[in-house]
Amino acid sequence: MNVTNELNLNFISKSTNESFARAAVSAFLLFLDPTIAELADIKTAVSEAVTNCIVHAYPNYIGTIYINVKVTDQNKIIIKIRDKGIGIKDVKQAIKPLFTTSKEERAGLGFAVMQSFMDNVKVRSKEGSGTTVIMEKTIIRTNYDKR
Amino acid sequence: MVETDFTDDVLTAKLYGEIDHHRAPAIRTKIDGQTESLRPKELRLDFSHVSFMDSSGIGLIMGRYHQVSLVGGKLKVVNVPKGIEKIINLSGIESLGVLR
Repeated sequence: MNVTNELNLNFISKSTNESFARAAVSAFLLFLDPTIAELADIKTAVSEAVTNCIVHAYPNYIGTIYINVKVTDQNKIIIKIRDKGIGIKDVKQAIKPLFTTSKEERAGLGFAVMQSFMDNVKVRSKEGSGTTVIMEKTIIRTNYDKR
Repeated sequence: MVETDFTDDVLTAKLYGEIDHHRAPAIRTKIDGQTESLRPKELRLDFSHVSFMDSSGIGLIMGRYHQVSLVGGKLKVVNVPKGIEKIINLSGIESLGVLR
């Protein structure tokens, strides 16, 4: 499995950057010639993960969000979204649908959306040092020339 | 962005563009203000011009379902475009009986 393309993106955790983050990742992936549905899935999953960083990882302060996207020669997309925020005490509980700790009007569906829109989602977290979400999706129909 | 219209006891809120955690609060404030003052029998959320929505949009729908019920009204979600059908289906909000 060779990485054929890679993107690194850092930005601060302001909610105005949610649309930037999903648009930037989706623009980067255009070279793979994904379908509109595949791109919409990825945009939605990225939006959920970035929103989690803004709402939960850095609840009362601004921090940095780090996105790394790798594309392999098998057309597998690996998106890593990392923060250095407060971390998640109980990851198992956090990823349960409808669970939310937020006082805002949140559906508690963030991780459920990531899991159902991507092929694979991993969450690593440590209280006090941050969270990393790794999501994978393989683009099936592609005209991408691997040369 | 949201545009509202009140005709025959129906408050229609036409939603435009992308709905995410950043944009949902302004939409919510406008719809709730009108719901409170007009006390509609039906609040109709029209999604025909929504190009993107994440789970913040689901929170927005569930919250309005609650808000309009406080004034005795019912919620309807109409004109859901193909692109956001997947998240609507995943959310289970169809069990509220609001989809049309």
